Amino acid sequence: MTESFLKRYSFDIVANDFIAAGKGSSTIKNLLKSMGIEANLIRKIAITSYEAEINIVIHSYGGQLHCDLYEDKIVIVSQDTGPGIKDVELALTEGYSTATESVRELGFGAGMGLPNMMKYSDDFEITSSSDGTVIKITILL
Amino acid sequence: MKIKEMAEILNAEILTDFSKDDTDIKHGFASDLMSDVLAYANSESLLVTGLNNGQVIRTAEMLDMCTVLFVRGKQPCKEVIELARENSITVLATNYTMFKTCGKLVLNGMKGIESDD
Repeated sequence: MTESFLKRYSFDIVANDFIAAGKGSSTIKNLLKSMGIEANLIRKIAITSYEAEINIVIHSYGGQLHCDLYEDKIVIVSQDTGPGIKDVELALTEGYSTATESVRELGFGAGMGLPNMMKYSDDFEITSSSDGTVIKITILL
Repeated sequence: MKIKEMAEILNAEILTDFSKDDTDIKHGFASDLMSDVLAYANSESLLVTGLNNGQVIRTAEMLDMCTVLFVRGKQPCKEVIELARENSITVLATNYTMFKTCGKLVLNGMKGIESDD
């Protein structure tokens, strides 16, 4: 953490809970709104954090979504407990998806999650192993 | 396009209405895939979808899209309506198919969103 780090907000995300999915991102969005951050930036943060949250729900055994506030940026950190992404490069390709039919019926699994996160972030980092996936999405203020 | 006008054109039921006097929706985006909505839609557009669950409202919320139109006779359940209310999202439902719905909206002046806008 650098000197400009201010605060971390964390949310537990439960695997396969499609009713609660999005609550964490909704809370983050309202929080940033109350801080007076510009609407366009909030939208970018909300989209990336929501995609990350949905990914934890769909693909992992569960995890956490963090929103780290810095003086000059917001970093969304998504951390899950596995099973990890077999081929990260392939997963970053638009339209590539390993989602099941039941997930697709819910409107997700179009293979746009990671590409969307990249599209809306100023910096995007992903590491994945069988122990889990960590995604860091930076949006400059 | 005003909400009431949209409802008339589509013979749609207005399930929640948070529109203001100056609400005038000029663009629409239609999809059952929420990630595509997140990739392409913008905040001032109408979301047209045949997907009927809470994630539709969550998606609209993240994008600040104020109006959601359910097609193909989908009647959103109580929880979906409640989530829409919490987020001040106007919800309409029409029996028309997505194709026919979009066609009627375009014929009445609504525009689509180009991905390179």
